[in-house]
Amino acid sequence: MELISHLGIGLEAVLTWQNLGYCFLGVLLGTLIGVLPGLGPVATIAMLLPVTYGLPPLSALIMLAGIYYGAQYGGSTTAILVNLPGESSSVVTCLDGYAMARQGRAGVALGVAALGSFFAGTIATLVIAAAAAPLAEFALKFGPAEYFSLMLLGLIAAVVLAQGDVFKAIAMVVLGLLLGLVGTDVGSGAERFTFGIPELSDGISFVVLSMGLFGIAEIIINLEQTSGRDVFTARIGSLLPGREDVRRAWKPVLRGTTLGSILGILPGGGAVLSSFSAYTLEKRLANDPSRFGKGAIEGVAGPEAANNAGAQTSFIPLLVMGLPSNPVMALMVGAMMIHGIVPGPQVMEERPALFWGLIVSMWFGNLFLVLLNMPLIGLWVRLLKVPYRLLYPVILLFCCIGVYSINNSAFEVGLTLFFGVLGYLFVKLHCEPAPLLLGFVLGPMMEENLRRAMLLARGDARVFFTRPISLTLLVASALLLCVMAWPRARKARDLAFQEN
Amino acid sequence: MSLSFLKHRDAVTGILFSLIGLASAVGAHQYPLGSAMRMGAGYFPLMLGVFLAILGGAVLLRAFLSRQRHVIDRLTLKPVLLIGVGVLTFAALLGSIGLAAASFLLIALAGLAHHESRMRELLPLGLFMALFGAGVFVWGLGLPLPLLPA
Repeated sequence: MELISHLGIGLEAVLTWQNLGYCFLGVLLGTLIGVLPGLGPVATIAMLLPVTYGLPPLSALIMLAGIYYGAQYGGSTTAILVNLPGESSSVVTCLDGYAMARQGRAGVALGVAALGSFFAGTIATLVIAAAAAPLAEFALKFGPAEYFSLMLLGLIAAVVLAQGDVFKAIAMVVLGLLLGLVGTDVGSGAERFTFGIPELSDGISFVVLSMGLFGIAEIIINLEQTSGRDVFTARIGSLLPGREDVRRAWKPVLRGTTLGSILGILPGGGAVLSSFSAYTLEKRLANDPSRFGKGAIEGVAGPEAANNAGAQTSFIPLLVMGLPSNPVMALMVGAMMIHGIVPGPQVMEERPALFWGLIVSMWFGNLFLVLLNMPLIGLWVRLLKVPYRLLYPVILLFCCIGVYSINNSAFEVGLTLFFGVLGYLFVKLHCEPAPLLLGFVLGPMMEENLRRAMLLARGDARVFFTRPISLTLLVASALLLCVMAWPRARKARDLAFQEN
Repeated sequence: MSLSFLKHRDAVTGILFSLIGLASAVGAHQYPLGSAMRMGAGYFPLMLGVFLAILGGAVLLRAFLSRQRHVIDRLTLKPVLLIGVGVLTFAALLGSIGLAAASFLLIALAGLAHHESRMRELLPLGLFMALFGAGVFVWGLGLPLPLLPA
């Protein structure tokens, strides 16, 4: 059994005190920061990235993955207790989770979220382990034309997933692509859009952009609101779901896991798409849909399982093809590059211990998540009680130290501020920043693959349509765009986003 | 036509995107364009710039054709300014006055942006974070940051 021998390689790499320790630390720190209101996984990982610089590559990646799950779960905790989603993936958890908290069943909601996530995480880990090898083989068939078309599909999927206006979302993607081109052009060595500033010749750092758009902008927006937050801490109640809860929740968990595992693999997919679809699915299947939004446990169990499964399987395109399918994975690319690993199909062959170790560590991360959060929930609640006026200066300080420590550059801290203010303006103009970030990451890769494909085809653009895989991907992109233009589909999508 | 269109959210968005697109296209035009087979440094950004300008134009046009007028939400400048001043002070002075003092200044300045902020809370918080930051980032994680004034 190839799968078992692969998992064996991974286990051997992970089962050291050091790696397990970093996994645990990552989950702990991730939850700690992720619980803070207004900080989603992207900002959390960006903030904690410097912590991993000094570690060996595998430990660093294990810790970052741990931070990711921790942040994701921390976001759900905040969603349930404060009705404040840290990131869009926990928006749906707010609906029924907060309603349950108001009925004094916060503990059950948190418990179901944790146990459902653990189950989903376990299955998703197996899915990754089983799918990685065949998919990597398939990925080796990909030439530059296929990569270009795949990235196009990913960007269009990101547009479909963005809230609000499609035109604006496409414009944000294009703006992101342009920002990604700032710096020295790999193809010709020419400096582009650097305005003669030496710090820009290496391009804009991903941490700078994401910390600005997701960290600082979020703080400014939170400061605008003068109304207080309602932390629901009166009664957490028992964490363990009762028999009736289990009866209601186990099927949604199964369905959520399946849905999330599949949707997570799609480019542009991941946690957000998974949790929204799982919620919609549960509501459709329910005997009495009117209970949803009023504390239905299915509305917490399904989406929580789905977003964890999706968060995890979104590692597949990254590990197998080197393509980040969402902003979090883009950060992981950055982290891998720092440690001299170029993500792509060759990693599995060249560094099996690292590759399988990372996958196996995902399961341990999920285990720690449950072990940690069950007893520590009281601590998170106390953290949520800290008034925002004391919290945000500390968050801001961590952002600034994090950015400064990348290159010891004051310029980059200033640039982060610039993107923070820009992000604030985007929110005011109702333009969502997530598609921009994805465009930013894919920009240089898209250009490179476009160039190579066109060079190989001697300047004949038909190459994208004559190669079957590329054509399939382009047709899928076109279909997605058509679906978006279809008024009824658009209404359905807007409705799904409106439910909060 | 009055200046009132500047309050119209989509009109402003469209103008912003068009301007950025045009500027990028003009900028990209300065770099060697090359051919479709051998693309130069300017080829891809020129395509993107033109596309962005067109998209911006579409958003703008639609804003004028549509009957719905969404007025831009009010901008609150106080948090932007105070956070800006705090962050810039931190960035500019960290190299010379060290992490501890810069952290203190950042917290004391940016902390004022909240509508309920109080100096008597911010000063101790700043002091605490100066020590905490030094302990965690410089000693704990070993980041190469200057700790004290040079």
